[in-house]
Amino acid sequence: MLAIQNLYRSFLLPDQTRLPVLDIPHLHINSGEQVVLIGESGGGKTTLLHCIAGILTPDKGTIELDGIHITKLSEAGRDRVRAAKIGYVFQTFNLLPGFTALENVRLGMTFGTGKHNVARAINLLERVGLGDRMHHRPGALSVGQQQRVAVARALANKPRLLLADEPTANIDPSNQQKIIDLIRENCREEGIALLLVTHSMHVAGQFNRVQQLEQLNRVCQSTAADAH
Amino acid sequence: MNLFHIAWRNMQQRGLATILTMLSMALGVCMVVLVLGISWVITESFSRNSNVGYNLIVGARGGSLQLTLNAVYYLSQPVGTIPYELFLEFLPGDGRAEEIHRVGGKIEEPDRKGLYSPYMSGGFAIPVCLGDYFGRFRVVGTTPDFFEKLQYGEMNDLKYRFASGRNFKDYDAENGYFEAVLGAQCAAERKCQVGDTLKTTHGDPEGDGHGQAFKIVGILEPTGTPNDRAAFINIEGFYLMEGHARAFENPMHPDADKEDVGEGGAQLPPRLALEKRDITAILVRTGNPMFAMNMQTTVKKSEVAEAASPIFEIGNLFSNFVDPVRYALLAVTTVVCFVSAISILVSIYNSMNERRRDIAVMRALGARRDVVLFVVLLESLLIACLGGLLGWLAGHSLGAVASSMIEYRSGVRVTFVNTITYYELWLIPGLVILATIAGVVPAFVAYQTNVSKNLGA
Repeated sequence: MLAIQNLYRSFLLPDQTRLPVLDIPHLHINSGEQVVLIGESGGGKTTLLHCIAGILTPDKGTIELDGIHITKLSEAGRDRVRAAKIGYVFQTFNLLPGFTALENVRLGMTFGTGKHNVARAINLLERVGLGDRMHHRPGALSVGQQQRVAVARALANKPRLLLADEPTANIDPSNQQKIIDLIRENCREEGIALLLVTHSMHVAGQFNRVQQLEQLNRVCQSTAADAH
Repeated sequence: MNLFHIAWRNMQQRGLATILTMLSMALGVCMVVLVLGISWVITESFSRNSNVGYNLIVGARGGSLQLTLNAVYYLSQPVGTIPYELFLEFLPGDGRAEEIHRVGGKIEEPDRKGLYSPYMSGGFAIPVCLGDYFGRFRVVGTTPDFFEKLQYGEMNDLKYRFASGRNFKDYDAENGYFEAVLGAQCAAERKCQVGDTLKTTHGDPEGDGHGQAFKIVGILEPTGTPNDRAAFINIEGFYLMEGHARAFENPMHPDADKEDVGEGGAQLPPRLALEKRDITAILVRTGNPMFAMNMQTTVKKSEVAEAASPIFEIGNLFSNFVDPVRYALLAVTTVVCFVSAISILVSIYNSMNERRRDIAVMRALGARRDVVLFVVLLESLLIACLGGLLGWLAGHSLGAVASSMIEYRSGVRVTFVNTITYYELWLIPGLVILATIAGVVPAFVAYQTNVSKNLGA
């Protein structure tokens, strides 16, 4: 479902030198598979997710999602793939403050399939336990509730892959497990592959496949070797 | 949820800034509408009276525009007077001789035809004496022909009708030469009815009052012309009031050289003699409109009087004075609209910093660059158009609210609808262009937003 080959991404520094961030020879995720990615801060986890989502383009290598070579697409093509096939849950939720919970979920549909399936948006909010808060704006919701809206929004277009970037980092411990369960259950129910980034070993311990970025990323390996 | 909805929500998100920006655009458009409305009122008040039913005004030498403003619109002061003898020259057929014997007095060659009578077959000449006031309203000394021969309206096909009473007579057994007719607005404001009397003041509204009273015998129906705001008195009564007789002989035509035809109209009380009469203007309609130009040239060449074509003068007034002022005002209001557009630009542009994350989120959800660009442009368009609509409604509402005052001042009835001009259609493309100009910079900022950088984690 997701196949990454020889992915290389660096950033241009102010002194015009390039800082390598990602150098991943191979990563493969099957359809419906749930993978947790752990690694140190600054290790390139978010950069990897952005590359997979087509928000960033790699310097080299290929990313294939559902048979589509994302890296060969134009920016507009990547936008279309992202809207149709990828759901994204952010660490900081990134809900639009001027829109209600329901509108935030429907926003994903607006840019995705273009089909405004209000019933599905309502259903998703009910599934995440916010059936009675769907007309509330993010400012009127608790942090946990906001992340649940973000999960519902990410699922709105029935994506093939859900990328979750530390979705529990800003949530109190009592709600963290609920969010993880919510994401995993919904992905399972809808056959969505999941790539979840976390720092929490407790969360990582619940997944069958745990992928350490340091093992994947040659940049991390060489940095570690340099440290030794 | 469509892009319109997203733009609307973005506007709501910045509620106060949006309202203030909208109000500034509303102010600009309101000013445009008011300028267009005012110029419509001015145009209407002049143009509906430019077809006055006569094609020439003859008066004292001076400015032909002032003569027109004075005789048609009762604006400004008369330049001077012309002798009554000149009026007689315009009477068709044997009218000159008949009028001389009707009035009586001394005149040269009493039995010849008028100099201009060949041009006048089928036409008429009506004398007008101005100078007195009834309150703030001008008093017009004239003959009953004024309401019998003149017509008004755009097609010049409407006869003057009386809401009550009748036209004044040249002589009435009960009231003598002292009858008056009031225009509708004059009667309403002065709270006069048929049967009341009026006394005029000399020279200006606060001038000395004449002792002579005129009986009001008729009140005109509203006509929407300056005649609504005037009081008309019998010219014979006008002449008989103190100070209205010519004080000095005309040195070019001494009375001693004139023939005395005696008192006119033997059975009636004496009238002011011909040689003591002056008038302000003569309203002339030539028998054939083609003669008007010739007659105007002849009168001007005579160096005795000025002859003006009211339609030509009004056209000149518009092209030389009214139109430039209108264009200048429109230019100023257009600048106000541009300033409003810049305030939209500044408002949206300033919000872009705080909205970069929102734009990045929309892009992360799959919105293409051109979609976020369009959303920002749409937002600018909505602010401009809603502000414009608000200003348009306010402009016309203000006109409607002030309608009674406008009608009082100009005689033009203003409603919300009748001041809408086709020029206002230009507001639509104008606002769209302004909104696009205002929105294009922030929209480009949105277009350029770096998603990865602005998403945070």
